[in-house]
Amino acid sequence: MEPFKSLTAVAAPIVRANVDTDIIIPSREMKSVSKTGLAAGLFAGWRYTTIGGREPNPDFVLNRAEYGSAQIILGGENFGCGSSREHAVWALHEYGFRAVIAPSFSPIFFGNCVRNGIVPVRLPVATVQALAAWVERDPAQHRITVDLQNAVVRADDREHAFELDPESRDMLLEGLDAIALTLKQRAVIEEFWQRDRRARPWIYEIEEGASR
Amino acid sequence: MSPRSLFEKLWQSHLVQQLEGGAALLAIDRIFLHERTGSVALKSLAAAGRKIADPSRVFCTMDHIVDTFPGRGDETRMPGGSAFILETRAAARAAGIHLFDVRDPLQGIVHVISPELGIVLPGATVVCPDSHTCTQGALGALAWGIGSTEAEHALATGTLRVTRPKTMRVRFEGQRPAGVTAKDFALALIARYGSAGGNGYAVEFAGSAVRALDIEARLTLCNMATEFSAMTGLIAPDEHTFEYLRGRDFAPEGATWDHAVTAWRELSSDVGAHFDMDIEIDVSTLAPMITWGTSPQHAVAIDGVVPEQSASGTGPEAYARALQYMDLAPGTALTSLPIAAAFIGSCTNSRISDLRRAAALLRGRKVASGVRAICVPGSMSVKRQAEAEGLDKIFVEAGFEWRESGCSMCFFAGGESFGARERVVSSTNRNFESRQGPETRTHIASPETVAASAIAGHIADARALQPR
Repeated sequence: MEPFKSLTAVAAPIVRANVDTDIIIPSREMKSVSKTGLAAGLFAGWRYTTIGGREPNPDFVLNRAEYGSAQIILGGENFGCGSSREHAVWALHEYGFRAVIAPSFSPIFFGNCVRNGIVPVRLPVATVQALAAWVERDPAQHRITVDLQNAVVRADDREHAFELDPESRDMLLEGLDAIALTLKQRAVIEEFWQRDRRARPWIYEIEEGASR
Repeated sequence: MSPRSLFEKLWQSHLVQQLEGGAALLAIDRIFLHERTGSVALKSLAAAGRKIADPSRVFCTMDHIVDTFPGRGDETRMPGGSAFILETRAAARAAGIHLFDVRDPLQGIVHVISPELGIVLPGATVVCPDSHTCTQGALGALAWGIGSTEAEHALATGTLRVTRPKTMRVRFEGQRPAGVTAKDFALALIARYGSAGGNGYAVEFAGSAVRALDIEARLTLCNMATEFSAMTGLIAPDEHTFEYLRGRDFAPEGATWDHAVTAWRELSSDVGAHFDMDIEIDVSTLAPMITWGTSPQHAVAIDGVVPEQSASGTGPEAYARALQYMDLAPGTALTSLPIAAAFIGSCTNSRISDLRRAAALLRGRKVASGVRAICVPGSMSVKRQAEAEGLDKIFVEAGFEWRESGCSMCFFAGGESFGARERVVSSTNRNFESRQGPETRTHIASPETVAASAIAGHIADARALQPR
């Protein structure tokens, strides 16, 4: 995972509550057992004129030329709710997005962002709406900066501090592989299991019953 | 020791190590996978050359993509779907994990089979790359949905790095009125507090009305915790829980069972335990609920109307979009809406008690002409039980299709679907845009409401029908 320090980019406003992962990538667009090949299906239901088609809907924000290089999404409350599908985040990343700024995120989507180098930034709804209004006045020039090292968003000569738990922040800043990091604790985990096996043997001794 | 909540007890008993940066390394007792999102986790893990820490505690089912037509096999109506099944099967076999394959007599929807086989147990941690994993918290487990990369982490290390959520208790108190179900509890909660109302929390469902629910109804209630944006929902296990689990395929036996039950009796929130948020809902005032819009929070009582924006709990843009998508106007009575289809199934409401209650309304009655009605049992075990009780005949004689088990048309994956702009009343969990098919308009409700609506040909109040 590539480290994320700071990014200044065009931001695409999709400031609507409850943008779910079915919207971000419809199930029908997840066509193979793969983390790639998903960008074309991103927001497919809104982005194209027909279901399954590829004719761009000119009204959708990502199809407007001034948002062509967008790398940040301005989203609404409960962004990424619904299905746990990590394909939503893989599709966003493959398309080029590196940050989503929203008042709140579904917890699973939030975790998926962190594991894939996309910064989930929580800012109050009024701030997100103000950022969207500012961006819409001149999308190509009114770029937004997400500075993860200092945990601030900069736009329109203003700074908006945001909070991100230190674990997520470190993972994103350093581009860490969580699995590799945890595997270093293997001895501690084994020790826990040995102890726990005595306390809760039913967790570890799995015998399949008669109907198997 | 200061009083602890059920969540705190589960958290502490799985704490392997407190990590720098505030997260905790939690031991994961059970991992479930399915062919939709588990396949990619297994494939990616193998590609990275990593091994599963303990394959004996990993389970996999085929539920999301597999067809539910009689005589189904590895081929699917979804284009390319068989690749998911074949790749999952190969990866599961190579990894040596438990697999409930397409033709396995125990196959079914993950959150239906895990409880019914005794794979989830009180006090256990359970994860699955599936948002509705919270369902399994109904047995007193800490069970939550994760992404595929997190699933890889759990598989490789037997742990997850978790930032501790806040705790909420939702107490449902009072006498549950006839015709009001656990599904209606959940929809009423989400309508009142919003679909982000549980964001940042683990939610314990408690109160006299929850203790009075049978285990299957508790599973329905916890199932909807993810629609509340909570990390999970959980319910303290009690004697009903232990009776439900006794003798199940993967449940402990003999002296180990007795040992386990003794430990499980400690799993409840102590008097005086702290909750960051504590709310109460009086169920005696509730009615059956139905959704009108495109979020589960867009729910009203069955005898209600489509609300004005000011009463919708939704901003102007999302409200306008929802009405346009659903082709509705404010003030319209929900029961005036004709339907094209009715669906009973999904990890929310496809268990034997759901099917029994729906069948009691359908017995001797017919689905209205022009309505396509489908029932998909949640597991092959549920299907066999229903057939032993003759419920299949009631469904079929009423005009329902009777299917093999799976997630089926809870979501549209490119294969089978309801028609464009068709109005569907559904016992599922999500009324999102195009969730059940391209431009399909979904209203979610209890199985009773689905059955009554199928008979009437429009959204209908099941309380007006006498069960037979």
